Amino acid sequence: MKLIKNFVGMFALFVAVIAVSCVSPASAAPVVKNVILATTTSTQDSGLLDVLIPLFEKETGYFVKTIAVGSGQAMKMGERGEADVLLVHSPAAEKEFMAKGFGISRRLVMHNDFILVGPPGDPAKIREAKTTQEAFKKIAAAGALFISRGDNSGTNAKELAIWKAVGVSPVGQKWYQPTGLGMGQTLNVASEKNGYTLTDRATYLAFKKTLGLSILREGDPILLNIYHVIELNPAKSPKINIAGGKAFADFMVSKKTQAVIGKFGIAKYGAPLFFPDAGKKEESLGK
Amino acid sequence: MDLIIDGIIKAFKLLIALDPEVLGITWLSLKVSGTATLISVFIGISLGMVIALTNFPGKKFVISVVNTGMGLPPVVVGLFVTVFLWRNGPFGFLDILYTPTAIIAAQAVIATPIVMGISIAALQNLPAKMRLQILSLGATRLQMVWILLREARLPLMAAVMAGFGGVISEVGASIMVGGNILDYTRVLTTATVMETSKGDFDIAFALSIILLILMFVVNYFFTLIQQRERPR
Repeated sequence: MKLIKNFVGMFALFVAVIAVSCVSPASAAPVVKNVILATTTSTQDSGLLDVLIPLFEKETGYFVKTIAVGSGQAMKMGERGEADVLLVHSPAAEKEFMAKGFGISRRLVMHNDFILVGPPGDPAKIREAKTTQEAFKKIAAAGALFISRGDNSGTNAKELAIWKAVGVSPVGQKWYQPTGLGMGQTLNVASEKNGYTLTDRATYLAFKKTLGLSILREGDPILLNIYHVIELNPAKSPKINIAGGKAFADFMVSKKTQAVIGKFGIAKYGAPLFFPDAGKKEESLGK
Repeated sequence: MDLIIDGIIKAFKLLIALDPEVLGITWLSLKVSGTATLISVFIGISLGMVIALTNFPGKKFVISVVNTGMGLPPVVVGLFVTVFLWRNGPFGFLDILYTPTAIIAAQAVIATPIVMGISIAALQNLPAKMRLQILSLGATRLQMVWILLREARLPLMAAVMAGFGGVISEVGASIMVGGNILDYTRVLTTATVMETSKGDFDIAFALSIILLILMFVVNYFFTLIQQRERPR
């Protein structure tokens, strides 16, 4: 009997506590029109979104929740209806995404390029290679350490596509190490271990001063890094903020925004980090 | 070495200049983790008390579950809370994913078992006959609870500090359920991760130092309460 009384008293206290604790945090969420932007880490880590998002918010009154993940994860979020708009750079996977009907519009926004970096000593002698494909072959042939993102990101997808093109299956090989980390951290690992890696130029420039890596291969058409903005299909998930997603996509390809993108990074790096491409054909890039 | 010195200098520059962005992030960290700790203290201590002071079948099993919970990996909690709070998840109607509220919820889940586990140990450590003695002196049940809590004040405050330390320093859950959104859900730990991945190691270092200072200030305050002379 005593035990039951004890318990009832405690339980009452507990219920009171729960009631109190449930009330307090609820006030933290403001009522705003949210747009969830699922994007790649490179757009955030380069600082581009810190410039563009406030412009968009001021112009439209939307509140953007930027979730910076790899392109693969961003598209998964889109498939599940957990995002309103995507800004991604994994063209092959994007086409599949569109073919499956998850997106209703996919527009070209900008590009920059990937570069192949590695230890200045260049143990696999890839500087002598005439193409990027040949450079990859040389790395595999020499068994030189290659650090991969291994995280389904756009960069990872590009790298795997090149391996596939040269007929090498690197996964599981001793000289091939996936980190599962973001680009910055992967560059650090490559630098510490004297490995080669494929990176987007923007992240490399941001990290250059702390890295012991040189650019060993650049400028091939295969190394283009192309960003698209994708509006999602509300038929697949009714909770998608379709108007907000469209507003953001329209904003990204607008003349004003494209001009901002073209100038971004010049002050800090002496050269733009991204090249605005709205309205162009993807096939026309790099020619 | 230059990085460490740069970081320390930058930390103090940011602090002295009262950089609004850094202050905002620091304040949000304190607010979010403080609220989460508060919730976990209420739930942890009250439920811990029920478990410690009553006898029921399977008590040892329950306590070992709580003790296991003390080591809940933040990233696991983050993943579960994210999936539950997704728009199309079971609690999607709340619409709180990627808000400070979501971080508070996740951190409360992390801190509650920590507070509860230490509370159970603290209360079980009190002499068993003490309760009878208090009640026989004419105290009501609520008074007894209050006296027991005061008796166990030292370890209970340690429980609060452990809970707070657990959540202010975690990053896995905050970044997943909060999304690291500037001026909204960016806290000190997620900002540090982001600055690190941006290559701005000096800012990352400065944020870490600010986090350590914040933790010290809060714990100093808690310790003062804990070590206060017992009023006679």
